[in-house]
Amino acid sequence: MLSQESLAKIDRELTKYPADRRQAAVMSALRIAQDEKGWLSKETVAYVAEYLGIPPIAALEVASFYNMYELEPVGQYKITVCTNISCMLRDSDVIVDHLQERLGIGFNETTPDGKFTLKEGECMGCCGGAPLFHINNKRMCEFLTKEKVDAILEELK
Amino acid sequence: MAAFDTPVQHRSDKETLVCLRTLGQPDPASLQAYLNVGGYKQLQRLVQDKVKATDVITQVKLSGLRGRGGAGFPTGLKWSFMPRYYDGTKYLVCNTDEGEPGTFKDRDIIRYNPHQLIEGMAIAAYTLGARVGYNYIHGEIWQDYEIFERALDEARAAGFIGENLFGTTFSFDLFAVHGYGAYICGEETALIESIEGKKGQPRFKPPFPASYGVFGKPTNVNNTESYTSIPWILEHGGDAFQALGVPNSGGTKLFSVSGHVERPGNYEVRMGMPFTELLDIAGGVWKGRQLKAVIPGGPSTAVMPAAAIMGATMDYDGLSKAGSSLGAGSMIVMDETTCMVKTLKRLSYFFYEESCGQCTPCREGTGWLYRVVKRIVEGEGRMGDLDLLTDVSSNISGRTICALGDAAATPVLSFIKHFRPEFEYYIQHGKSMVTGKAE
Repeated sequence: MLSQESLAKIDRELTKYPADRRQAAVMSALRIAQDEKGWLSKETVAYVAEYLGIPPIAALEVASFYNMYELEPVGQYKITVCTNISCMLRDSDVIVDHLQERLGIGFNETTPDGKFTLKEGECMGCCGGAPLFHINNKRMCEFLTKEKVDAILEELK
Repeated sequence: MAAFDTPVQHRSDKETLVCLRTLGQPDPASLQAYLNVGGYKQLQRLVQDKVKATDVITQVKLSGLRGRGGAGFPTGLKWSFMPRYYDGTKYLVCNTDEGEPGTFKDRDIIRYNPHQLIEGMAIAAYTLGARVGYNYIHGEIWQDYEIFERALDEARAAGFIGENLFGTTFSFDLFAVHGYGAYICGEETALIESIEGKKGQPRFKPPFPASYGVFGKPTNVNNTESYTSIPWILEHGGDAFQALGVPNSGGTKLFSVSGHVERPGNYEVRMGMPFTELLDIAGGVWKGRQLKAVIPGGPSTAVMPAAAIMGATMDYDGLSKAGSSLGAGSMIVMDETTCMVKTLKRLSYFFYEESCGQCTPCREGTGWLYRVVKRIVEGEGRMGDLDLLTDVSSNISGRTICALGDAAATPVLSFIKHFRPEFEYYIQHGKSMVTGKAE
């Protein structure tokens, strides 16, 4: 269900905890699984649970509690825009409007070609670079303007 | 990295760099940069000279260092709560889970000076007898998480963390772990639950982490900036750190300045700096506009109208006297075009979204607050709504396991207290009295 590469990464995470505390690695194991699969299906969550030797519900509880895990399919690029106060004060609504117009989708929607999904995020702790979004939970793009957004979308095409 | 990724921010000569002291070097996050400023010498001295734990704690107490995550609890006192003798593994935890809107200081520590944090944690481990440490990092800042992981590899290879350090019996393993999108995990017991691989729901206290923390073992939890201040304190002495600040607020503080200023960013300055000077360092209010309000320490601290903060100093007592608090030093600046009603709506949504759902007053109350502020913004407000908001807030406050409930109530109570006419106007006219963004 997961590649050898992903399993090796999970094994590395397990070394951070006592041998009898395999559940502790579930946060990173789910992240690694999502990086490979794009999102977390029930089967993937169950597989991660089995690999760690914990009940499937224990893994699902975590996957459903934290915002950055995706329990439904998302596009190749998930763009999560922060709209919290510091970003709002620096016109994140302009960035949101521009993205929605360029991509032709609203929040929690995916473009028909499966390329982009748009999400609204809570504070990402990078407010000095507002307005901002991150891509696939990994890459932070800050000090956004409409022109920068266009350049990023062009790069991802 | 492409051109639109993070540029290094503007710096000012009015700053006093303690936690960010590698800045200015070509690769500030590298081990070499930290060694260039005398890095890891304090750890080596304590471990090799077998300096007594009580002597270290004395210096930390003298320094006046108070928890930089927002609570402001004296760090030296907290350290003295850890049991000295314990038959088993003791843990050390660093809280780099910044999710309080407007807070982004610890990110700069792990991406610009990670080794000073590592040394600070190793010193704490030596002092408290902790064998294993975790730095829990906000999941959203993945690129910075990777910088910290690389720094750990460097420190391990150089013999600053790991087994039998400096040829002694002292061993300390330190690992990076991450959150994945939950504000509540900034609360120390929720964070501990998350390290254990569970939902981030806070635990009842007592027992406190010092007696029952990670995996049920004694655990010391401090904020990133607190640990990072430690090597400087031991190099220069607790008194010297205290002297950087003002009475009751020792040292420097990283202020995260965001919102309507010309140069948002982190500025590390001496405690007690006048607000106006800090605002000036950040370039002043943007576009030549007038200051309307400031949230000085993150939304869980009370908003202050311009008149109340203009004369204040940036330290625990200074902001407390002026009617708010220092919090995590997350200063959100709002200019005259800001609609306080719409701003409160966004903050209320945040607390509603991030309530972990464990305690009924918070789970139900935050949703209630959001829905009432939302209906005001949508022109459906009723005159009784302001009293209703005050009543609901007061009934969340103090009735929950953790401080998120109080944090949700604070903006509602303080926004209405200071900007009541603006809320009344919105209810009466179905629109904002602020003309809105001057485009």
